[in-house]
Amino acid sequence: MSNPAATEHKPSFLERLSQSRNGLGFLFMLPAAVFLLCFLTYPLGLGVWLGFTDTSIGRTGMFIGLENYIWLWNDSVFWLSVFNTLLYTFVASVLKFVLGLWLALILNEHMPFKNLFRAIILLPWVVPTVLSALAFWWIFDSQFSIISWVLMEWGIISRPINFLGDPNNARASVIAANVWRGIPFVAISLLAGLQTIPQSLHEAAALDGATSWQRFRRVTLPLLTPIIAVVMTFSVLFTFTDFQLIYVLTRGGPVNATHLMATLSFQRAIPGGQLGEGAAIAVAMIPFLLAAILFSFFGLQRRKWQQGGTD
Amino acid sequence: MASVEIADVRKSFGTHSVIKGVSVDIEDGEFVILVGPSGCGKSTLLRMLAGLEHITSGEIRIGDRVVNNLPPKDRDIAMVFQNYALYPHMTVAENMAFSLLLKGASKVEIEERVKPAAQILGLSNLLQRYPRQLSGGQRQRVAMGRAIVRDPQVFLFDEPLSNLDAKLRVSMRTEIKNLHQRLATTTVYVTHDQIEAMTMADKIVVMHDGVVEQIGAPLELYDRPNNLFVAGFIGSPAMNMLHGRLDTDDAARFVTSDGIALPVSRSPQEARGRELVYGVRPEGIVLGGPIGMEVIVVEPTGSESQVVAKLGAAEITCVFRERVTVRPGETLNVSIDPAAIHLFDAQTGIRFAA
Ligand SMILES: Nc1ncnc2c1ncn2[C@@H]1O[C@H](COP(=O)(O)OP(=O)(O)O)[C@@H](O)[C@H]1O
Ligand SMILES: [Mg+2]
Repeated sequence: MSNPAATEHKPSFLERLSQSRNGLGFLFMLPAAVFLLCFLTYPLGLGVWLGFTDTSIGRTGMFIGLENYIWLWNDSVFWLSVFNTLLYTFVASVLKFVLGLWLALILNEHMPFKNLFRAIILLPWVVPTVLSALAFWWIFDSQFSIISWVLMEWGIISRPINFLGDPNNARASVIAANVWRGIPFVAISLLAGLQTIPQSLHEAAALDGATSWQRFRRVTLPLLTPIIAVVMTFSVLFTFTDFQLIYVLTRGGPVNATHLMATLSFQRAIPGGQLGEGAAIAVAMIPFLLAAILFSFFGLQRRKWQQGGTD
Repeated sequence: MASVEIADVRKSFGTHSVIKGVSVDIEDGEFVILVGPSGCGKSTLLRMLAGLEHITSGEIRIGDRVVNNLPPKDRDIAMVFQNYALYPHMTVAENMAFSLLLKGASKVEIEERVKPAAQILGLSNLLQRYPRQLSGGQRQRVAMGRAIVRDPQVFLFDEPLSNLDAKLRVSMRTEIKNLHQRLATTTVYVTHDQIEAMTMADKIVVMHDGVVEQIGAPLELYDRPNNLFVAGFIGSPAMNMLHGRLDTDDAARFVTSDGIALPVSRSPQEARGRELVYGVRPEGIVLGGPIGMEVIVVEPTGSESQVVAKLGAAEITCVFRERVTVRPGETLNVSIDPAAIHLFDAQTGIRFAA
């Protein structure tokens, strides 16, 4: 005991862990990691695995390699659903962007009852999807549609529009419903973005001789691009994976004209009982989603003017 | 270039009246400074000139045009904002060229205008940088460059130096002044800093609470302030003010409320018997004389000595050219040059004319 070094306390594992920056970081991340593992990775992994099996409801399947995918490759309904999904996502996202930006610009102006309008704008987003889908179901009803009724009253059309019965009408109808539902998110997010642009920049541009269109085109829009990139990525992901609206309104009909990949996957897997095939369809969505994420990743990179220095 | 005429202009935000009838004439090529404490309405007046705020009543003319209802882009005015308002997504060159681009100027033409402006302001090496990559002083220059390139009828500056450090502020002051001498463009410049106003202006407009207190050349305001507000606002350190009356027996004497007698050179008839304020600038007090004061603080700056002393109950600030060796607590004997004093009516604040 004469050697002082010998009396020195040897740190236990836990103590060392709590001293180490990395160890501590790991410790704090553990709950989140476990959570992600249980609720995200496991279902995803299971889905991917199911896609390689012929599992159906009530029967454990066996590994069949790429058979599901080969089957889908030759399935015209699957390709129709891919086409539908792309069309649905593209048209709805463009409309949501244009209308959402337009709304955001209006809400950013000085006007009476501004806060009231902003609250109202959020309504479609707050209402549960199924509820709004049911409302649209009535709006698009083949006999009792209010749109048909109004147009008939005005004498523009002579008989009710077959909204959900005709393939192209049905596509337009579900897109309209999706746009209505998705606009608040886009509009409010872009409004928040608009409010980060200092008023003095608009004033400087006005003094520099810019018309209101030029101010929008050359000041507002460029400064808004980083936020547009984020918002539209999310909007595209939401739209691409949409399920509820379609399921309530058309269930993919008529003649599969509104089947999206998500609804087809569900239909094949649950009512159809072919879990393996349904999973394969769902897995087939992943490359598209990854592409969208990559696209936005590059779109989101800090632009040159955002780098360096501080304000 | 053009003259500017502001005639009885008023501005209210709702029921809150901010500009309460302001009239200023600005000659072609003049450098006019609007000065006043924060919140007195300087920026609002400037923004009305620029067309960024609506005019509630009155008339503004630029050149021979009434511009009341003209949008900013048609007024041919350039403004330098307090926060510079540079477009963050454009390079220095693009920022400066923006107005020309909007006018549809050719590339060659833009180059011809931007290059010399950048040269004047020492920005030639920074043309490809973005505003984020610049220091405060450099951003300030870019904001000025953007204005110069326009070659407008009138330059407007809203506290352009207030975000700079003290040293840079002094050098930018000279630079802006030089620039004005070179370009001779009519300039309206807003500041709350009376030293900036004194050193740069051809003409100063002192504002207070939405009204003009006095308009005049810098030294005119210094030597003959119209009222107590201007007297207290212009000059640093501020003018000493003492309450009292003219002596009833000997009208060539002022007696403070503490009963101390001070010299006056003349005693205007209308000032007799009234409650008065006796104003004397720190430089108007000279060493040696009949008035004894108790020294509180001595602040030598090298070139001069500033002394704060007690005269009766009042604290008086003096600035002497000489180096003084008194210490706090000691008595300092001074005299006041009767020609350098001002008398104001204590009630109305108005100065009694010479
Ligand atoms: N948009 C506005 N709405 C309401 N009040 C305003 C507005 N702009 C300025 N004011 C008021 O007008 C007064 C003068 O403001 P301002 O011209 O900015 O003062 P200064 O530039 O002299 O500091 C202040 O009391 C301010 O609160
Ligand atoms: Mg101001």
